[in-house]
Amino acid sequence: MEYSILVGGAAGQGIETLAGALEKIIKAKGFYLFSNKDYMSRVRGGHNFTQIRFSDSPLTGYWPELDIIMAFDAETLKLHSERLKKGGYIICDEKLAGEKPGLLGLPLEKSAKELGNPRVAGTIAMGAVAKLLGFSTEGLEEVFQKEYKEKIREINIKAFHEGYQMVTPLFDCGPEKEDRQILISGNQALALGALAGGVAFYSGYPMTPSTSIMTYLSEKQAETGIVVEQAEDEIAAINMAIGASYAGVRAMTATSGGGFSLMTEALGLAGITETPLVVINSMRPGPATGFPTRTEQGDLSFILSAGHGEIPRMVISVKNPEDGFYQIQRALNLADKYQLLVIVLSDQFFGDSSRTCLPFDFDSLKIERYLQKDLPEDHEHHLRYRLTENGISPRVIPGKFPGVTVLADSDEHDERGNITESAEMRIAMMEKRMNKLKLLQEELQEPEYLGVENPQYLCIAWGSTQGPVQEAIEILNKEGIAIGALVFGDIWPLPLKNLEKYAAHAEKIINIEQNYLGQMARLIRQETGIKCTDSILKYDGRPFNAYEIVQRLKKEVF
Amino acid sequence: MALDIKTYDMIGDNAWCPGCGNFDILAVLKQTLADLELAPHEVLMVSGIGQAAKTPHYINANGFNGLHGRAVPPAVGAKLANKDLQVIISTGDGDTYGEGGNHLLHNIRRNVDLVHIVHDNQVYGLTKGQGSPTTSLGQITSMQLDGVKVNPLNPVSMALGLGCTFVARSFSGAREHLSGVLKEAIKHPGYALVDVLQNCVSFNKVNTYKWYQDHTYFIDPDHDRTDLQKAFKLAQEWEQGIPLGIFYKVERPTLIDRIPWLKEGKPLIDRAWTPQDAKRFLADFQ
Ligand SMILES: Cc1ncc(C[n+]2csc(CCOP(=O)(O)OP(=O)(O)O)c2C)c(N)n1
Ligand code: SF4
Repeated sequence: MEYSILVGGAAGQGIETLAGALEKIIKAKGFYLFSNKDYMSRVRGGHNFTQIRFSDSPLTGYWPELDIIMAFDAETLKLHSERLKKGGYIICDEKLAGEKPGLLGLPLEKSAKELGNPRVAGTIAMGAVAKLLGFSTEGLEEVFQKEYKEKIREINIKAFHEGYQMVTPLFDCGPEKEDRQILISGNQALALGALAGGVAFYSGYPMTPSTSIMTYLSEKQAETGIVVEQAEDEIAAINMAIGASYAGVRAMTATSGGGFSLMTEALGLAGITETPLVVINSMRPGPATGFPTRTEQGDLSFILSAGHGEIPRMVISVKNPEDGFYQIQRALNLADKYQLLVIVLSDQFFGDSSRTCLPFDFDSLKIERYLQKDLPEDHEHHLRYRLTENGISPRVIPGKFPGVTVLADSDEHDERGNITESAEMRIAMMEKRMNKLKLLQEELQEPEYLGVENPQYLCIAWGSTQGPVQEAIEILNKEGIAIGALVFGDIWPLPLKNLEKYAAHAEKIINIEQNYLGQMARLIRQETGIKCTDSILKYDGRPFNAYEIVQRLKKEVF
Repeated sequence: MALDIKTYDMIGDNAWCPGCGNFDILAVLKQTLADLELAPHEVLMVSGIGQAAKTPHYINANGFNGLHGRAVPPAVGAKLANKDLQVIISTGDGDTYGEGGNHLLHNIRRNVDLVHIVHDNQVYGLTKGQGSPTTSLGQITSMQLDGVKVNPLNPVSMALGLGCTFVARSFSGAREHLSGVLKEAIKHPGYALVDVLQNCVSFNKVNTYKWYQDHTYFIDPDHDRTDLQKAFKLAQEWEQGIPLGIFYKVERPTLIDRIPWLKEGKPLIDRAWTPQDAKRFLADFQ
C-alpha cells in the first residue's frame, strides 16, 4: 500500500498549514510518511506545493506519480494533472472543476463562507481527502488540538467534518496502526540535535533554506536558557559565534551559500585560533542568489577549500532527519575534541522535507567538552597553544581560574598566543593544526553501502540524495540488476576503506549528484585516482526521486 | 587598594614605533584596570587588526585578537557567553569606522555592556599611511597623493545619532583625562564608545602630538551629559577647537537586560544542561 498526495496553491493561501495538518493526520493513523516542499521566493501568489507520500512501510523519498491532487488554484491543475495516476482524483473547488476524469469539484468556498470563514476551504478539502482514504475520525481531535490555535480550532474541526460528509471512501489504506513515530523535517532535526548537543549560543542571519533552524532554536530560547541572536550579517554571525565559543560555550551558526561566502574569512579565524565551531551550510542553487528556495549540492568544492590559507576542517554531509539529529551532536563533540571547524553540509531538500521515524534516543547522547577542569600546569603563563604530543592543546575557559589568562590570535602565534614571525614556530603551529586531521582519520565514518554484494554497477552519492538513491537501488536489485551505492556522510577527510573496496570490482562507477560539475567525483578522483565512469547529474533545482534515477540509469548507463 | 600595575605586564617584544600614542593609551589602560582592581583573568581584551589592535598582546589579560573590522562581533559573543567578563575592545579608526562600520552601527543598537576604545590616529597605521575614515579633507597621505577627496566621518556625532548610551573623546597625551573617561566607560552599563585621538609619528605628519595638544580643550565639567542636543552641538566642533570629555551618558537597558533568563540567571558558560533535558521537545513532533 502506498499513496502520494500533492497539495498545491499560491503562497499566502495557507497551503503549508494545511499540508502540515494532513501529514499529522496520516501519521496519527500509524503510517510511514515522507513529504517535501516546493515553494517560490515570494510571500504571496506564485505556485507552491507539498507532496505527501505515505505507506505501511518506510519511505525515503517522493514519487512522481500522484493518487490525489488537492488543487487550490488553476496553476496546480495545469502543472500537475499529468502526474495523476489512472484511478486518481483531483480535489478542487467546484469553480475550478472542468470536464476532466477524476476531477472532484466540491463546494469548498461556498461551504467555507457558510461556516463563516473563507479560509477554512482547505480544511474542508482535507476532511474530504481523509474520507477518500477511508480514515476514521477517531483520534483526530488531538491533531487539531496541536495544529490549530484555540481561536480557530472549533471552526476548523467543523470544516473538516463538513468535507468528510461530502464524499465516500475510494481508496483502501488497510488497517490503521498505532502511531509510535515522530514526524520531523531535516532542519527541525538539526535544531533539536543542537539543543540536545548543548548549543548555548546561536547567531545567524536569515537565509533560505537555513532559516528554519534559527526559528526553531529561537522558539526554545526562554525555555532552555540559550541565546539566539539575529546578527547584522553573516560576517557578524560567525564572528559572534567564534567569540562565544572562545569564551566557553558551545556555539553554532547556519546559513546558505551566499551567506557562507561571507563567512569564509572567519572560517580561517576559527581554524587558526583553534576555536571549536559548527557551521551548517544549507545549500541552494547558486551562483549569487541563484534559485533561492530550491535545492542543489553545488557548494561541495567551495566549502572544501573556502577561506585563504590552509586550515584543518571536517565536512559532514547529512542524509535525512534522523542522521542529521545524530550527526550534529557528533559534529559538536568533534569540534570540541579537536578544537576544530566542522562544516555540516545540508540542502533545501534535506531541510524542508519531513519523514516519520522512531523517536530519537536522547539517553545515548553525551556532551563532551574536553575543557580543562583544574588549574592548568602552565598557569603562570598559560600556553593556550602548547605544542603537545598529540597536537591538541589544553583549553581553558577565560575567567575560570584566577591568575590564568587565555590569549587567542588570528596572526600566526607562539604557544602563549602572541604574534610571532618565527619560521620554526610557524612550522610547529601549522603542523600542530593540520595534524588534527590525522587523528580525526581514526574516527571517520565510512560511507554506508546499499545494494547487492559485488555489484557490477557502483553508484556514489552523498548527503540528502541518500533517500532517492536507496529506493532506486532497491527497485533495480528487485529487477535483478547487480547494483549498489556508497553514500557518503563524512566527506572530509575522505574515508577511503569502503570506497577502495567496492570500486575495485565494479565495472562501472556512477556518481549521482545534484550539481553540474560532479564535484564528489572530482574529489574522489583527486584523492584516490578512482574515476567515475558515468554521471547522473541534476541541476534544475528540483530534488531527485528514485523513479527518475532508475530511468536515467537505464537510459544513460546500463 | 589598587592592584600593582605590573600585574598587567606582558613579557615580549612590542612592535609599535617609539613615540607612538598607542603607548600612552596602553599605559593608561593598565593603570585604570589596576585602579579599578580588575584582575587580569576578569578582563577580556578584544581587537581587530592594525597597530591599535595589537594591544591584547601587550597587556596581561584574556585576549582575542580577531580579524580586521571584526572586533565587535566576537566581543559581543564573548560577553553574551560570559557576562561576568569585563570586555574591552581596542581597535583603530580604520578597523572601527571603515571595515567594521556595519558592526559598529548595529552594536550601538544592541547596547551590550562593552567598552570600545578607538585609537583614532586619523590614518591607517599598519598598512603604512593611507587615509582612514577620519582623515581630514585634503590631507595628503601615502595613498591620497593629491589630498583626501572624501569628507571625514565624525565618530562622535555618528554615535550620538545612533543612540549610543556613552560617547566620549579623549587624547592619548591627556593621560589623566583619558583614565577618568575610561573609568567611567568601564562602569557604564552599556556600549561605551571612547574615541581616543592618538598621534601616529610615522604616517600622520599633520595631526601630531603637539597639534592635538594645541587644538583640543576639555569640555566644561558642568556639561549636562544627558542633553543630547548640547552633545550634538559640541560634537560639531572641530575647527575652532576639539572638545575632549564625555559628551553623552544615559542609561538604557542593555541587550542582556532584555534577555530575562540571562539577566537573572548564571552566565551562559555555567548553564547546566544535558541531552536528556532536550528530550521533552520530542513532543513537538509526536
Ligand atoms: C580583511 C582585511 N583587509 C585589510 C587588511 C589590511 N590591514 C591591516 S591593518 C589595516 C588598517 C589599520 O588601520 P587602523 O584600523 O586605523 O589601525 P592602526 O594601524 O592605524 O592602529 C588594514 C587595512 C587586513 N588585515 N584584513
Ligand atoms: S605606525 Fe603610527 S600608529 Fe602605528 S605604531 Fe607607528 S606611530 Fe603608532
